[in-house]
Amino acid sequence: MTRILNLDNHDARPPDAPPGEEVCLSGGCWADRRGLSPIVFDLNEDQQAILDAVREFCDDELVPKAEATDAAGVWPAENVAKLGELDLMGITVPEEYGGLGMDHITWTLVAEELSRACTTTGAAFGAHILCVEPIRLFGTDEQKKKYLTRLAKGECVGAFGLTEPGAGSDAGAVQTRAEPDGDDYVLNGTKIFITNAGEAEIYVIIANIDIERGPRGMTAFIVEKGTPGFEFGKNEKKMGFGSLPNRELIFTDCRVPKENILGRERRGFRVALETLGMGRIGMGIGAVGVARAAFEAALPYTKQRHQFGKPISSFQLVQAMLADMATQIEAARLLCLKAAYLKDMGRPFEKEAAMAKVYASEVAAFVTSKAVQCLGGYGYTKDFPVERYMREAKLFEIVEGTSEIQRLVIANLLLKEGS
Amino acid sequence: MNIVVCVKQVPDTTDVRIDPETNSLIREGVESILNPFDENGVEAALQLREQHGGKVTVITMGPPQAEAILRHALAMGADEVYLVCDRAIRGSDTLATSYTLAKAIEYLGEFDLVICGKQAIDGDTAQVGPGVAERLGIPQVSLAIALEVEGRKLRARRLLDDASETVEVRLPALVTVVKQINEPRHPPMKGVLKAKKAQIPVLDAETLELDPKLTGFAGSPTFVWKIFTPPRRARGQIIEGEPEEAAKELAQKILGLNVISIS
Repeated sequence: MTRILNLDNHDARPPDAPPGEEVCLSGGCWADRRGLSPIVFDLNEDQQAILDAVREFCDDELVPKAEATDAAGVWPAENVAKLGELDLMGITVPEEYGGLGMDHITWTLVAEELSRACTTTGAAFGAHILCVEPIRLFGTDEQKKKYLTRLAKGECVGAFGLTEPGAGSDAGAVQTRAEPDGDDYVLNGTKIFITNAGEAEIYVIIANIDIERGPRGMTAFIVEKGTPGFEFGKNEKKMGFGSLPNRELIFTDCRVPKENILGRERRGFRVALETLGMGRIGMGIGAVGVARAAFEAALPYTKQRHQFGKPISSFQLVQAMLADMATQIEAARLLCLKAAYLKDMGRPFEKEAAMAKVYASEVAAFVTSKAVQCLGGYGYTKDFPVERYMREAKLFEIVEGTSEIQRLVIANLLLKEGS
Repeated sequence: MNIVVCVKQVPDTTDVRIDPETNSLIREGVESILNPFDENGVEAALQLREQHGGKVTVITMGPPQAEAILRHALAMGADEVYLVCDRAIRGSDTLATSYTLAKAIEYLGEFDLVICGKQAIDGDTAQVGPGVAERLGIPQVSLAIALEVEGRKLRARRLLDDASETVEVRLPALVTVVKQINEPRHPPMKGVLKAKKAQIPVLDAETLELDPKLTGFAGSPTFVWKIFTPPRRARGQIIEGEPEEAAKELAQKILGLNVISIS
């Protein structure tokens, strides 16, 4: 397991740190600045303890019913409630709002385990942070008290609504209107493909108060389920993740009080970008989880399956597949953790998050396809989970910014850096 | 209500291997865990606390590394934990262990209920729980599958071979629990973090005013003459074929053994 620390950042040293020898780096990890090499791939004790506990929970409770969870076609309420009981819904929420107050590296480690153990539960967990993170970053103290405490306890699940029929890759083209009226804003419009929709209680919605000015009119609102004029439309039938709701959010003269504006008016594009940054790490590590699940199904199979009187793992072409799968999973995980680390350090992480997302999602597509290959004809049947992983992996190349958009983001930032 | 739970650290395996030279458990390469029945005991205590309020104290007797299972109990939600640890208690058999744990429970003060797992998965004696009750001079209910507390009364359903039996005792009392009583919770992360940082208090022989004749080797009349791994059972024979045919063949074979007869 990996933990990336970069000791070149001397600003990380807290003013109250003991003089001289030790420096505290992100998440309470202490390192000797003079003695250690500049990059440390170890977890600190808290992170390790949480990872161990989460793994045990995953193996005991999520893995045995992962197939049933997918087959049910309904929201995995019991699993999500368990995540709440275990304090996992508020990993990054500050302790004063009832969370664990841990860093995003910890969140990322947990997200991989959940996705590995139960892809559906992992994806619901990944969508929840898209509501937690913008409120954590942009919320007022009152908003945090009102919403973060409930989100952290798992009393209610969160969701994030940006995508519209005409605003996907072109996120600035949001057409959902928010018009001021007295102490309220009145929302009209439709969001689509919204993960956790219908089941979530709290939504961060990107609307526009000034359509003509495009992104400069975009404004983020916190909207609660049950608000009059806020309804849920069609649940999409997808090629994978049948138990995960992706639904329309329909706003018809929906009145939202002004105090529910997240950040400030016209700052919605910024809120969206920050949320998407976190979302990219989340989707990247979710893809790593799916890839790992596929790999962990394929590896033991190749040792059991015999052909020509030998296990197929003894054949070099099979070994090459296993080696490539494992190598790419490792690389994808490192990219995700690097992006999370930069985020924890308060440094720009947009480029790294986009790299992590595009790379990890393509790794998941590759690894799950190779896992099916390792299982041969059986891999193509529904008797083994690898065909499902292959279908599920495709989602990650599309959701939260397509691979194409990620490449544009990366190139754009590279070219800017150069100029 | 004040509940004390007695727990034991055991090897994480049901496939116990014995060193024939020393007659002791081979612990190398085997992880240690909280005895599963004791984990049910901790869960039962936490559930009673959730219903009636009070405090859950978890104690274990063992070497310093046994504190790991106390941290697990803390992570699950125990209020206090104590490690009974001293060279003087080494080699205690079930009698000496019962005495030592009873002394520790008395030392900790007022209690309403003591909970133990029905037995440990290493020694499998099921003697320590009842032994502690005897030493404390309180009623005991073994093999509990359900607990209900009403005022100063405890109603417990006991799991027997072909039936269950419901008994009522006055508190303070001791119960031993079976695994069917509950599904132990996974520790919440706040508990995990808290448990990791906790200082584990140690109770030694002097603090507990243990009588050296009643604990450790001196207090243990049990003499282990020999411990061995039982030989593996030979593989059963599998009769292949259609169920009807296979059943006929099986019946013939059993009849051939002259262990049953058809009248």
